[in-house]
Amino acid sequence: MSVTAVLYDGVDQARLTPASEAGPAPKRIVVAYGFWIFLLSDIVMFSVLFASYAVLVNATAGGPTGAQLFNQVSVALQTACLLVSSYTCGLMSLVINARRQIATYSAAVVTFVLGAAFLALEIREFVGMIAIGATPQRSAFLSAFFTLVGCHGVHVTVGLIWLAVMMAQVAIMGFRPVVQRRLQCFSLFWHTLDIIWVAIFSVVYLMGVSA
Amino acid sequence: MNLLGKLTWSAIPYDQPIIMGASGMVVLGVLLVLGWVTLKGYWPYLWSEWLTSVDHKRIGVMYIVLALLMLVRGFSDAIMMRTQQALAAGGAQGYLPPEHFDQIFSAHGTIMIFFVAMPFIIGLMNVAVPLQLGVRDVAFPTLNSVSLWLTASGILLTNISLAIGEFAKTGWMAYPPLSELEFSPGVGVDYYLWSLQISGVGTLLTGINFVTTILKTRAPGMSYMRMPVFCWTALASNLMIIAVFPVLTATFAMLLLDRYLGFHFFSVDRGGNPMMYVNLFWVWGHPEVYILVLPAFGVFSEVTATFAGKPLFGYRSMVAATMAICIISMTVWLHHFFTMGASANVNAFFGITSMIIGVPTGVKIFNWMFTMYGGRIRFTVPVLWTIGFMVTFIFGGLTGVLLALPPVDWQVHNSLFLVAHFHHVIIPGVLFGVIAGYVYWFPKAFGFRLDERWGKAAFWCWFIGFHLAFMPLYVTGLMGMTRRLQHYDVLAWRPWLLIAEVGAVVIMAAIACQIIQLAVSIRAREQLRVSGDPWNGRTLEWSTASPPPAWNYAVLPHVAERDAFWARKRLAPAKREHPSVPREYEPIEMPKNSPTGFVTAFFAVVTGFALIWHIWWMAALGAIGAFVTLLVFAFRETEEFEVPAETISQFDREHQAEVAA
Repeated sequence: MSVTAVLYDGVDQARLTPASEAGPAPKRIVVAYGFWIFLLSDIVMFSVLFASYAVLVNATAGGPTGAQLFNQVSVALQTACLLVSSYTCGLMSLVINARRQIATYSAAVVTFVLGAAFLALEIREFVGMIAIGATPQRSAFLSAFFTLVGCHGVHVTVGLIWLAVMMAQVAIMGFRPVVQRRLQCFSLFWHTLDIIWVAIFSVVYLMGVSA
Repeated sequence: MNLLGKLTWSAIPYDQPIIMGASGMVVLGVLLVLGWVTLKGYWPYLWSEWLTSVDHKRIGVMYIVLALLMLVRGFSDAIMMRTQQALAAGGAQGYLPPEHFDQIFSAHGTIMIFFVAMPFIIGLMNVAVPLQLGVRDVAFPTLNSVSLWLTASGILLTNISLAIGEFAKTGWMAYPPLSELEFSPGVGVDYYLWSLQISGVGTLLTGINFVTTILKTRAPGMSYMRMPVFCWTALASNLMIIAVFPVLTATFAMLLLDRYLGFHFFSVDRGGNPMMYVNLFWVWGHPEVYILVLPAFGVFSEVTATFAGKPLFGYRSMVAATMAICIISMTVWLHHFFTMGASANVNAFFGITSMIIGVPTGVKIFNWMFTMYGGRIRFTVPVLWTIGFMVTFIFGGLTGVLLALPPVDWQVHNSLFLVAHFHHVIIPGVLFGVIAGYVYWFPKAFGFRLDERWGKAAFWCWFIGFHLAFMPLYVTGLMGMTRRLQHYDVLAWRPWLLIAEVGAVVIMAAIACQIIQLAVSIRAREQLRVSGDPWNGRTLEWSTASPPPAWNYAVLPHVAERDAFWARKRLAPAKREHPSVPREYEPIEMPKNSPTGFVTAFFAVVTGFALIWHIWWMAALGAIGAFVTLLVFAFRETEEFEVPAETISQFDREHQAEVAA
């Protein structure tokens, strides 16, 4: 490697402006970057709920424990729904880049249905627990469980509403840059919910059943 | 089923003359202002130029207006407490009943931290950061307006609690189990929680906005090591906002679930853990101290360099110290409750980290001193505040090092020694800093200076009043006086508390000086009119007109070194011999004003109020209203408008002519 200048693709790297001096970034970058930071803050919020869950997991106050309550089959189905929906969400990003409207709608519908199925399974789990008296008021452990998992569920619900609104935007406003930026943010959001779910799956369900 | 939930006429405390008098004055004041605006026909102007504005400078000004108003409210609480403690010794009971006194100390802390210090700091960042970075606005201008108005919503809800219902009686941290429904059945804690949840969302959005702005939208050539130090401190502060405000939101959400749905996070039964709240609260609370104080340190850095006429000494060490504090501040929270019962090793760990964090702060103090050393210092008002800060803050910091020793802390925990300590760092550190920034950037925002004489009077009254008010509290603290006493029997404390009362009166005189300073300056604004660069500044904000046009810079500046404007001024004489090529102007796309922030915040107030009083239908309506507002925003057709090149060139030529003259 030469000391004076590094040539890469025939461009003299030393004469290029460093990225930090390039001036304001394009809007697409700025928006996605800002949204990333929002997602990080959201993850911080979840980390507090995880920490509280870890503190309170054994505070069952004589009530049911996780091992007695969790249904692994249902959780596995939920996980499958959410992970596949992320895959279809990724496909949606590809067809959006190609500006294929019908394909975008189809991918959105599949993503939406999978997300809704996830929610339905989660609600069924919650209702079943409440029916046998394992309510969030029963013990600190259950308070922390319903809050952590429920907060993720609320995020999925918000994601579904957002997806519906975005499809209306595609239909009415078309693939203009602002709509594309929002779709990009939606896809970041949806993938983040996956990351959080993987943590919930491991910390709450796997560790809960093995304990 | 009651349509108005828990809300009845008995929510208004008719039998409390002090509260009715105070809220009556507030209502009267608001009505007078609204009436004046209506009579003068200012509504269209106010609506189109301010309330719906997405211009960072105007948003900054509105934040600071909120902060100044709340400073008066928070100070009223303070002087009421001081007066109560000056009176209620031995047989005397003073004039405030315990349930009212408890609300006052809770409101005082909440208001001063969340609704004075935070909006003031965020306001200064709004005014200065985009200008210092050499850009036209923050990354997300409409979001910025949403942040402002959500903060205003929180402030409004807290002040509504004065007249309708009550405020928390739990202290400003609202520790459970006291703040649980079982022990605080009233709406006070709900007012506290919902006000702070709503304004907290606004603060988080500000954090996202400013980190993106600083990291992604700087003027061409402005690398990290060329950024003004205030931008660095703003970056550190906003990074901490992103790291810890979600913690506060989650913690308050858990307490709300406990109170509204009978969950057991922090309750004393069924496995709840009240100490978890205390931990989580201070995981937010300690970094919060640095969220407030770092930008104030940034102001001091700008003021010192400008008025010493020298580049800041040790710029790199200043940046390193700032970022070190940003990180270490996350590792000290347990020193707020050494007496909790953690093991000696845990306390020792947090005691040591608390002492370590003093080191970068010391680095900063030395940097400011070395900047002044050999400089030609102009003793303007911002410099007085800066020097006043340096001498006062060092002692406040030293008592903090004392408190960082767990054995000492065990002796003075929860005493007035602690109260004296944190006022001794926050008042000089944050308040002196924001007032220095307010005086320093005022001419930039409005085009005229603030009156010097009243400014100096305000400084000296604050400086003397502060020492009179808080030094005696160290003494009474060491004598064993705990905080938040509505009444006491130890008459030996009384002389000290009388001195503190005198201090509070002197501070009142200081605030009066500040109000007069503003009024006098507005009246004499033609004589106080200034050019773009009234202080012989060093950073880019002084290179544009005062007040700056909506677009800030006709042509985005190109930065080649630190203190970019100073460097350009040094080169200017050489340039004059070779007249530069006439500037080329291009039309500029600017974000359109939007009522989204204001309308969303209106619905946030409706929702918050409804939730506090359990009026469920109204809460649903408010939430739907906010959602529909955001939908309308999402579907709007145009987001920007174009400022024609002629407008820009005309403005810029006038500015250039003014600079040349």
